Amino acid sequence: MKKIIVENLKYRYPLSEDLALKGISFEVEEGEFIGIVGRNLAGKSTLCQALVGLVPHFYKGAYSGKVEVSGMSVLNSNISELSRKIGIVFQNPFTQITGAKLTVYEEVTFGLENMGIERKEMVKRIEYVLHLLDLEKYKDRNPFELSGGQMQRLAIASIIAMKPGIIVLDEPTSQLDPQGAEEVFKAVQSLSREGITIIMVEHKVEKIAQYTDRVMLMSDGGIVDLSTPQKIFSKDDLLDYGVQAPVFTRLCKSLNIKNKDTGLYPATLGEAYELMVKYEQNRS
Amino acid sequence: MNRIEVKNLRFSYRHGEEVLKEINLTFNGESTVIIGQNGAGKTTFVKLLKGLLKPTEGEIFIKGRNTREVTVAKLAKEVGMVFQNPNDQIFKSKVIDEVMFGPLNIGQGMEEAKGNSLKALKLLELSDKVDENPYDLSLSERKLITIASILAMDTDIVIFDEPTISQDYFGKIKIKKIIKELAEKSKLVITITHDMDFVAEISERVIVLNQGEIILEGSAEDVFSKSDILKSAYLEQPGITQLCKRLGYDRTFLTLEEFLDYRLAKN
Repeated sequence: MKKIIVENLKYRYPLSEDLALKGISFEVEEGEFIGIVGRNLAGKSTLCQALVGLVPHFYKGAYSGKVEVSGMSVLNSNISELSRKIGIVFQNPFTQITGAKLTVYEEVTFGLENMGIERKEMVKRIEYVLHLLDLEKYKDRNPFELSGGQMQRLAIASIIAMKPGIIVLDEPTSQLDPQGAEEVFKAVQSLSREGITIIMVEHKVEKIAQYTDRVMLMSDGGIVDLSTPQKIFSKDDLLDYGVQAPVFTRLCKSLNIKNKDTGLYPATLGEAYELMVKYEQNRS
Repeated sequence: MNRIEVKNLRFSYRHGEEVLKEINLTFNGESTVIIGQNGAGKTTFVKLLKGLLKPTEGEIFIKGRNTREVTVAKLAKEVGMVFQNPNDQIFKSKVIDEVMFGPLNIGQGMEEAKGNSLKALKLLELSDKVDENPYDLSLSERKLITIASILAMDTDIVIFDEPTISQDYFGKIKIKKIIKELAEKSKLVITITHDMDFVAEISERVIVLNQGEIILEGSAEDVFSKSDILKSAYLEQPGITQLCKRLGYDRTFLTLEEFLDYRLAKN
């Protein structure tokens, strides 16, 4: 089933002269994990906002084309209706903290209370996400007393707790330590396997290559390509779009080691390792 | 005299919860990177160096002056710090005013402050944004503006708290170049980052902070060769280091170029 359908979406921010999104079209199946890469100002964050309805309902501006999430037209639905179907983790976690709650535990309840979730179910979900994001220790702390990385974990936890069918994450691991980032990718991947559709903007290409089903390469308000990680990261002109391929891809490219079946360079450590071992055996 | 000397430093925000425990360090020339788990105390530590926080116990000397005894305003002439979250740093409604604020406040004249600010903005390729409102710009641009603000102050010690947040490939290259140039000008640069590839490329010295303690210190090669300790501190080796280890190389390769050169020389 198609969870997201975007057709020829064009959007311009108020007071701006140029289009931020210049006629974007794509479809995403239920349970897919899509990574979005591209240089700064390519339109990645704007697209995220357009999926959840903040574009155009909050930001206003000029809008044309169609965005449909879980069968609802974004333009014809209000943000609170949409928030039950699609959640977003903002680029800056500071923006996400409500300021209405005094503890980390209560902060996670905010969305659940607004949805009218039953108390027993609430407690269950909160405990699950606090554990998942390693925040149990800080549950009684004021959200604004957390470190940058802890605040980012809290923003992610608050959205996962709401269990929307689609989750959009805008650079969710930018302030996380390496293992914390890895854990977020794993958690998000397991959500996608449970059928939740994931859209994630990230600059960490090695992780995007390892965990996502498809990668969207954006540039200048448009989509350059939407395909497998191997295909996207094998592109010769990738650097022109402000994206560097994973180090594993670059290594194999320098040595001209391709996957024979696909004709593409590997994108993950595992695949690069296997091909490197074969390559060295053939040489000796 | 050491440029920075940290002696028996302990720090807590609240009673009974020690964030930093018995830190002893000196900093002189080397470009230093601090890595560690979220909540390890990295940002707290650099805020102490900048004098924004005062030690609970122990002392910090910046060029011989005890941070307890000098005002933050006086220290600002010596130590510049780029905040982790640009929104914590930016408060003016015009980019040029924002960048000139620091230089003017540490005693640069109008002309000098303007000159330094325009130069810094040019270095970060933001010359066309001089008259814009920083809040109309993207997060990545705001981060670059906060870097320009500190560069324009031309302080002897420069601290970057996660400078590469939300930067694309070109942004990272820009920041890498700036850090290298500062080091060449004999500035003391201290950088906090979670980007292990970035660490491998810019640092002469790496400090691993874990739960308020220094558990490892040395060159990037030394530190990244200790995969078990890194794991216990929630860190990881750079991608190329992991792949080479798995392929059976004993040597700790930090960059792709280093590995390719090695292969070329061997064959």
